[in-house]
Parts: sequence; C-alpha cells; structure tokens
Amino acid sequence: QKNGISNGTLYKKTFIEHFEQAPMYVAVFTFVGFAVGTIFGYLRDFMRAWGLEKRNIAAEREQQKDFVPLYQDFENFYTRNLYLRIRDNWNRPICSVPGPQFDLMERVTDDYNWTFRFTGRTIRNVINMGSYNYLGFAETDVNALKTVTIELKKYGTGVCSTRQEMGTLDKHVELEKLVAKFLGVEDAMVFGMGFATNSMNIPALVGKGCLILSDELNHTSLVLGARLSGATIRIFKHNNMQSLEKLLRDAIIHGQPRTHRAWRKIIILVEGIYSMEGSIVRLPEIVSLKNKYKAYLYLDEAHSIGAVGATGRGVVEYFGMSPDDVDVLMGTFTKSFGAAGGYIAGKKGLVDFLRTHSHSAVYATSMCPAVAEQIIRAMKCLMGLDGTTQGLQRVRQLEKNTRYFRRKLHEMGFIIYGNDDSPVVPLLLYMPGKIGAFARRMLEKNIGVVVVGFPATPITESRARFCVSAAHTREMLDTVLNALDELGDFLHLKYSRYSKSSHPELYEE
Amino acid sequence: MDVRSSLSYLYWLFCQFELITCSYLMEPWEKLLFYSFNLALLGLLLYTTYVCVALQASSAFQLLCSLLANPQDSALAVVK
Repeated sequence: QKNGISNGTLYKKTFIEHFEQAPMYVAVFTFVGFAVGTIFGYLRDFMRAWGLEKRNIAAEREQQKDFVPLYQDFENFYTRNLYLRIRDNWNRPICSVPGPQFDLMERVTDDYNWTFRFTGRTIRNVINMGSYNYLGFAETDVNALKTVTIELKKYGTGVCSTRQEMGTLDKHVELEKLVAKFLGVEDAMVFGMGFATNSMNIPALVGKGCLILSDELNHTSLVLGARLSGATIRIFKHNNMQSLEKLLRDAIIHGQPRTHRAWRKIIILVEGIYSMEGSIVRLPEIVSLKNKYKAYLYLDEAHSIGAVGATGRGVVEYFGMSPDDVDVLMGTFTKSFGAAGGYIAGKKGLVDFLRTHSHSAVYATSMCPAVAEQIIRAMKCLMGLDGTTQGLQRVRQLEKNTRYFRRKLHEMGFIIYGNDDSPVVPLLLYMPGKIGAFARRMLEKNIGVVVVGFPATPITESRARFCVSAAHTREMLDTVLNALDELGDFLHLKYSRYSKSSHPELYEE
Repeated sequence: MDVRSSLSYLYWLFCQFELITCSYLMEPWEKLLFYSFNLALLGLLLYTTYVCVALQASSAFQLLCSLLANPQDSALAVVK
C-alpha cells in the first residue's frame, strides 16, 4: 500500500532518452555518398543492359520476352547496386550456440558478392554483439538443460497438430499457467512463433469499423496484423503523446470517415522497447490517455520482457504499473528466454476468446514441447522457483552491463539513440560507405555486429545495433569498447557534440 | 617524424574521402574511373581558378599602378 506518488507526476523515476542530431555536414556527406552510389548504379545497369557486362540477376526466358515482364529491373535498383556491394555483412551462417561468443563459418566471394563459397574454416569465439540473448539463456550447459533433455526424450520434437485438434499438450497448459503467474494476469496463451502471434491475433481482435492507432516505428508483424484485420489504421509519431491525443480526439469527435458513426473499437498498438531505436514506450501517459478516451491498449513486449524491470517482468514493472492497466499483453520467448514462440496474456475472457477465434490456434502447429520446457525452466529461474537467485542475478547483470556499455559509449563521443535503460544500443553510422567498413573491420577484430541500412531505417540514419547480454563479462565488453574506440577514431564516427573529453582519466592527474 | 605523421594523416584523409564517396565499395575499374574523373574535374577547377585569379589580379594591379602614377586625372576617370 503506497501513500501516493511523492511529486505527483506520472513517472516514478527519470526517463532519459537521447536522439541527438548529427552536425549538418554529416547529412551532406551521406547524400553525396548515395548520389555517387546511384550514379554508378545507373552506369552498371546501363552496361548490363547493353551487354558490356555479364548479367547475374534473374531474367525471363528468351521465348517469354514478349510477355508481360516478370522481373521489373528498376524496382530492385537499390538492392542490385547498393545493397549487393556490402551484402557479405548479412546472412552470415553461424555454427554454434549464439551465446556471448560464437563460431562463424568463413565465407569468401570471388565475384564481388554475387556468389559466396565457404572455405571450410570456422572463425572461433567471435564476440556476439548482435543476438537477442538478453538474459543469456541461450546456453549449452548440460546441468541447465537437464529438464529439457528429459522432455525431449519423453515427447520427441514434433507436435504434428494444431492447438484446436490434438496439439494441446500438458506442457502447454503448464507453460500458460506459469506465464500468467509470471506476468500477474489471469490467463495466457502461447503460440509457436512470435511473428505469427502478432499477425494472426490482431485480425481476431479487430475488424472492419474499428480503428487502430499504431506507432510510426512499429514492427512489421504488428503492421501486417493491422493490415490483415481490415480496420482503419492511423499512425502517430514515434512515442509522441500529443500526436496520439490529437488522433484520439479526432477519432471520437468525427467518428468513422463517411458515416460519422462511432468507431466500434479503438485500439492502440505500441511496443515495449523499439528494437531499431532503443527507446522505451511512455506507458504511464498512454495508459492515462487510454483511460480518458476509453480505448484499448495492445502492448508488444518482444524486446522488453525479461530485459527491463526490477525482476525482469517488462515495461509494466519498469514503470511501476499494474498489469491490469494494459488490455492485451503480448510478448515473445525468442529474445530473453532462449526459445521460440510468443504469448498473449490478459483477462480470462480475452484469452478464452483467442483460443477459439485466433487463426494461429486453428491452423498453426503448436509449440514444440522441448522448447516449452526451455521456457518453463527459464521462467522458473527468473522467478526464483528453482531455489536459486540465478534469475535475479542475470537481470541485475544485464542492467549493470547496459549501464556500463551505454555510459562508456557516451563518454567516447558516439551518437547513441534510445533510453538509458534499454539493452538495445543503436550506434549511428550515417554514411553508406561506413556501414560496410564498420562491419568488416569489426569482424577482423573478432566481434560480430549487426548493421542496418536504408529500408529498415531512415535513409540518412544507418546504424550498428548492439544487443547487450547478461552473459557478457566485463572483459568482453571492454574488448568491444576498445575496438569501438579505435574504429571510431579511424572511421571518424564520434559525432556527438555533448560528450566530455574522450579520455577523462588522462586529464585528472 | 613530422613527415611520417603528416603522411599518415593524409592517408587517413584519403580513407575518409573513400568512405564518404562510397569509393571504398567500388570495384577497381570503377575506382579508376571515379578517381580519374575527380582528378580531371579538380584540374579543370584549378586551371579556371588560376586563369580567373591571375586575370583579376593583373587588372587590379594595373588599376593600382594608374592610380599611383596620375592621382587626380585617373581618380576622376574612375569616379565618372
């Protein structure tokens, strides 16, 4: 029982987010880079069209040249000319568990990234800064996986049925009860795939005549689910409560577009942590808005469950709110639990409705029992039900690692986006030439990073995204930070104008 | 010592140029094309600057000389 909020605001602790803008010359240089790339793209396309260069892309057969074209050459201009040049930084096959370190298969290209071949060597112990392994549950330790092996021997691997036919195992029931207990809600339902949880369940909850207010930077699964449902979709600016309130007011005042009838349902789709920005949703404000305007809230905690919050229970706990405030709690087990699948939790009525009406329940195969056991053991570890404090230690370690990593990157002078407490750290690179150079040089130093460019991010803001894990030791983080320091000086990436001097210890003596 | 550090600084500047203009990503023949085009453009720019500046400088110098030699006549001519 609390006496009340001390200073009367919605936020119980400080909410610090940075989205620093780089100096103007950076944007100019980025455009110069893209312009040069585009000119050379046109040149290469011209040479390919006139037969001066070998064509490696898909083309129609000779007999079908008069038909309606199957492959529109210009549409994948960007893919063919810019993405292809740095394609070797993506889709790298790994051959070990994606823990804090992993092994890569070495891949070389003879014809500038059109084809790859494996040399047969593996690069060992590459530090993993790209996997969503926030609590470090992706491990191969035999003691940890004891129950999983028992269940694997008991059930095998295939379920061979959907939830509504013969695919509901006692493992699923046990897991659902555990998820509901973990989150503090009445009931939960688990699905085999996280993406499918969003895209198959939003159409079951909303339909024509409903309004969906979705954040600008929502994940593709939410966008797909919203489009499949057939409801009207309106977008509000990223994490911008004034924009959301304006949309809500317009919706209630004007109603549906032609008939001006009231909307059947208004639902707000947000994510807990946005994976490209590292920002955390402003949950207290959204909940107060939703209560005022009588809308529903769908919270996608894919990256935040297990990763934020005092005991790892997600953004609801991070802001000190009760799970009753959110109508539909959705999350995935891929990121923090080292498994696969997703869940939807909330009131019993909602979950019972989804059990009968969700597309995923009717047509999709249910979760594999060994994977369900992995989630059960990870969740029990987190809740402390296995008799140790290992779960809480992992959450604390993640928090410490996140704070250390972010603080050091800030001090060094890089531009980092996002909230100070989020384990997703996007480091801005801006120029297309630097994307390839950064990823390749980091691999030479035995560090694996994920770089993201144009279609997934705005065209001027390409970035490298680091995912801090509880399994990273201080030494690993220091190795990465030293490598980043060196590379930042060499590639001139330290654009931040707010940082202190990059090596303060030199000046204190 | 100074030469080596300045050379490495120049090399670093060249790397920055390569990264900014995406010539780091180009195949060797594309790089050749791009650099020769850039050098040609730079050469033309320098030549134009040289001609232009030299012309302006010489005409300004002539004006100055005429001003100094005949102060009153040429001053009136200039003002008119």
